Amino acid sequence: MRDGWELTVGLEVHVELTTRTKMWCGCPTTFGDDPNTNVCEVCTGQPGSLPVANARAIRDATLLGLALNGTVAETCWFHRKNYFYPDLAKNYQISQYDVPLISDGHLDVEVDVAPGAGREGGADGGLETRRVRIERLHMEEDTGKSLHVGDTGRLHGADRSLIDYNRCGIPLLEIVSRPDIHDPETAQAYLRELQAIVRAVGVSDARMEEGSMRCDANVSVRRPGEELGTRTEIKNLNSVRSLGRAIAYEAERQIAVLEDGGEIVMQTRHWDESQGVTETLRVKESVTDYRYFPDPDLVAVVSRPEEVEAIRAGLPELPAATRARLTAAGVPAAQAATIVTGELVPWFDEAVAQGADAAAVANWVTGDLAGQLSAAGLSVQDSGVTGSHLAELIGLIDDGTLSTKLAKQVLEGLIEERGAKGPKEVAAERGLQQVSDEGELRAIVEQVVADNPGTVEDIRGGNTKAIGALVGQVMKATRGQADPRKTNELLRETIGA
Amino acid sequence: MSLSPDEVRHVARLARLALTDEEVTDLAPQLSAILGYAEQVSEVAADDVTPTVHPLAPSDVTRPDEPRPSLSRDDVLAGAPQVEQDRFAVPRIVAEEG
Amino acid sequence: MAALTALTATELSERLGRGEVSAREVVDAHLDRIAATDGVVADGAVWATKPAGDLGDDEVHAFLHVTAGAARAHADDIDARRAAGEQLGALAGVPLALKDILTTRGAPTTCGSRMLEGWVPPYDATVTELLRDADVVVLGKTNMDEFAMGSSTENSAFGDTRNPWDLDRVPGGSSGGSAAAVAALQAPLSIGTDTGGSIRQPAALTGLVGVKPTYGTVSRRGLVAFASSLDQAGPFARTVEDAAQLLALIQRHDPRDSTSVPDTPPDLLAHLRDGVDGLRIGVVTELQGEGYEPGVEATFRATLERFERLGATIVEVSLPHAPYGLPAYYLIAPSECSSNLARFDGVRYGLRVDAPTAEEMNAATRAAGFGPEVKRRIMIGTHALSSGYYDAYYLQASKVRTLIARDFRAAFEQADVLVSPTSPSVAFGLGTKTADPIAMYLNDVATVPASLAGTPALSLPAGLAEAPDAPGTALPVGLQVMAPLLRDDLMFRVAWAFEQDRGFAAIPTGPRAVEGVA
Repeated sequence: MRDGWELTVGLEVHVELTTRTKMWCGCPTTFGDDPNTNVCEVCTGQPGSLPVANARAIRDATLLGLALNGTVAETCWFHRKNYFYPDLAKNYQISQYDVPLISDGHLDVEVDVAPGAGREGGADGGLETRRVRIERLHMEEDTGKSLHVGDTGRLHGADRSLIDYNRCGIPLLEIVSRPDIHDPETAQAYLRELQAIVRAVGVSDARMEEGSMRCDANVSVRRPGEELGTRTEIKNLNSVRSLGRAIAYEAERQIAVLEDGGEIVMQTRHWDESQGVTETLRVKESVTDYRYFPDPDLVAVVSRPEEVEAIRAGLPELPAATRARLTAAGVPAAQAATIVTGELVPWFDEAVAQGADAAAVANWVTGDLAGQLSAAGLSVQDSGVTGSHLAELIGLIDDGTLSTKLAKQVLEGLIEERGAKGPKEVAAERGLQQVSDEGELRAIVEQVVADNPGTVEDIRGGNTKAIGALVGQVMKATRGQADPRKTNELLRETIGA
Repeated sequence: MSLSPDEVRHVARLARLALTDEEVTDLAPQLSAILGYAEQVSEVAADDVTPTVHPLAPSDVTRPDEPRPSLSRDDVLAGAPQVEQDRFAVPRIVAEEG
Repeated sequence: MAALTALTATELSERLGRGEVSAREVVDAHLDRIAATDGVVADGAVWATKPAGDLGDDEVHAFLHVTAGAARAHADDIDARRAAGEQLGALAGVPLALKDILTTRGAPTTCGSRMLEGWVPPYDATVTELLRDADVVVLGKTNMDEFAMGSSTENSAFGDTRNPWDLDRVPGGSSGGSAAAVAALQAPLSIGTDTGGSIRQPAALTGLVGVKPTYGTVSRRGLVAFASSLDQAGPFARTVEDAAQLLALIQRHDPRDSTSVPDTPPDLLAHLRDGVDGLRIGVVTELQGEGYEPGVEATFRATLERFERLGATIVEVSLPHAPYGLPAYYLIAPSECSSNLARFDGVRYGLRVDAPTAEEMNAATRAAGFGPEVKRRIMIGTHALSSGYYDAYYLQASKVRTLIARDFRAAFEQADVLVSPTSPSVAFGLGTKTADPIAMYLNDVATVPASLAGTPALSLPAGLAEAPDAPGTALPVGLQVMAPLLRDDLMFRVAWAFEQDRGFAAIPTGPRAVEGVA
């Protein structure tokens, strides 16, 4: 942030719930089906059709609200938000208005205030905890999807639009933060933490790239001590990275305008990821008049304290607690965070339960495993490699059966086999075990010593570093399977150095 | 309450009704008269009264999260004025949503 | 033996049960009657629609579509099953006319609007399903004020319906087609919908029994919404017992309607014949006097004397906020309608008027598809919900609604049921009130309070009275009976006692009455 300016950001996050059926009807919520196949009279707004609330969606929303430290409304209603748009089958969206299901929550996020520091040594000196208050979490329904045809596929320039109502009516939560965010990093940390919580409680897969989690940012700048500046709303933020870039860009843009003596106009802006800029989408001439009123087709949602407590009792371990547990077990904080955001906790827990060392597991999970999977374009869940496999692999290193290098090759094999074969089987089939049998190795060592009299002389003459060349020869002869430590030992013994 | 022709046009925009000038001229006094009549409700002292939506005020009406058969695509598209690629076709959308 | 079309549903059901007549004969007799008095010839057709603007002066025009083919097929099926010894429902084989606002899979549902001309719904209303499951034979869909907005059926896009008692007068509305069909002996039963009086007022104007049940006891699923918090479907019949039989069929909890109440009202028939001896009948101070025609007032006074003779006690009760009912109604109903009717935009079903952009297409479609009264109400409702007006209009009206419901609760401490004239006037001439919306709205002054309170109310024939504009006429006057929430049974009991004592025939008479009923 430029000196003399303060940034203020509030985020509105939409999360599509992974219920089996839609919010108001029994149509399936499957992603990617043929257009207009998961639809009925209710979600296409046929005359006379009536909504009935999905009990699971209300429970899921309550669960997430509790995970976000919110208060559950004893009684709340659904309101109609009236506006015309072709992807909105009834030309009103069923939403909530003056009383949301959840209010007054908060989220504590950890922000790396000294990026780069503390990573290696595990000191984590750069992490700072910041609280972002959550104003409300309310329930609503998703809209259909428009395919814009005739030109670019975008709205502008299209000559007609084609509507698919498969997504129309899928339960949607809107989570509105207070304007407590003052830098792009905190915004990103908030979004990442929210995503982790949503996934931990299991109410959504929260995939930004598939649209099951979406984020809009309200951004304004001011000079410290002044009133909040006029804000702009940024849409089309499709990743955590976009969010950070867009906020940083928009803040600079607003400051430049203000320093030039200009004024910020209340507007909606579109983030262009490829250009790295925000562009005016539309200027809000006046506040849109949605004519909210209680939906007379629906009745009140009453949450009795004992029901709320029963839901609260079902809350799983939340990401912050998981991270604390991992670090207590010896995992560096940065790796613990990666394990939590990467949805690798069950995997990690399984490996540790098999007796593997937590720090070793964390190293593998966040290092080689993550690298190899990302190279193979696979998620951990799809790889077939289990926590038990990893525990076994680590065990084979510990007992000297595998070198670290060989273990990486075994891991490659595990991934190729999609976990159908365990580490021992893969190592055996592919001949990846270390040659630690002393007799066999001694014979090879003696042969190498006999074949390289010059080098042996060198070593005996004091050039001990030259032993590395002989180790290399032994490795070559054993196709890398010799235990390096043992080889070294035997070479020294044979040469008498 | 009296509605001017401009206010009538504003309401018509919200209601997405293309009114002719003649309709606007006719509607302004009609709507003003109806609103004038309806405004009698303001005579009632009701500050502390809870509004009613459903006279019997049931609550917590939900359904289990179990799929029910959807309608066939043909059934749903049968009534549509224009269909393209199994979707409901509309002319170019100018305004942005919500 | 009287013509089949002159029989009540109960009488038809007895004859059908005894095998004296087949369902097919009953249906054919009614289809013939429709052909003779409505001008619709529907031989062989699955359904037929009378072209608008093609109405004869002597035609009732109760029906918009006659589903003759389907009705005959259903009747044949019922006869076959009865012959095979299957146990059938109480009204199996009895024909019925359905208001064209309840969806019927495979048959048009227009709501009396150009907007839905030609629309064939992809699903059946719950009421439609219940009727079919009970083997009630649907003859067709009846005319109505567009989207149920009106009190005369003159707001239909497909032409007026005429009152069988005087073809130059309105049948009331919005369920005017359903009322006229039963009054003209085209069907012994029909279903209408009542939002602020749309069953009770036409029942009064056509000499029928018409019932608005307790809100939430008849499913609204498939009832194309006008004002969701007020709409209820209910029966028209020529006798109280017929009406009770029909309501008993459709008064069911529906898990697919969130506003459907889980409680089922007490059995409508068990105490039907218990009489009114010892009951306290409350006369509502605010629902009489100024604005009511002298003939209506006189007839109403006579009903009170009759009740006293029958052993009831007449008590005067007050609904202090009732005078604010109509103003509140004309804010709440339009507000809900402005949102409910937003879906008619030329995208998914119904009319489309082409235009270069989606927004212009929506606006042009709605301008062409909706008639003047619907536009007026959408405009009023949009304004009443808009920023800066919501509190003074919609919210205040919803609070008045609470006060009216409280008034009713207090009144029911003093009286078992409440009574009033159903309508301030007898049937008025076609075209006489169309120029003045507020004059038309005043038709609902006595029916709207019960709608707002959700309480059950019915209208039954109280007698005949002269129209002020036509000396010597004798037109039906309705008596409204209102009962506490979920006590629909009580108002039927009161109505039955009155009907038995008075012996009203419900058959149109007069120089301009529909032909061939006597």
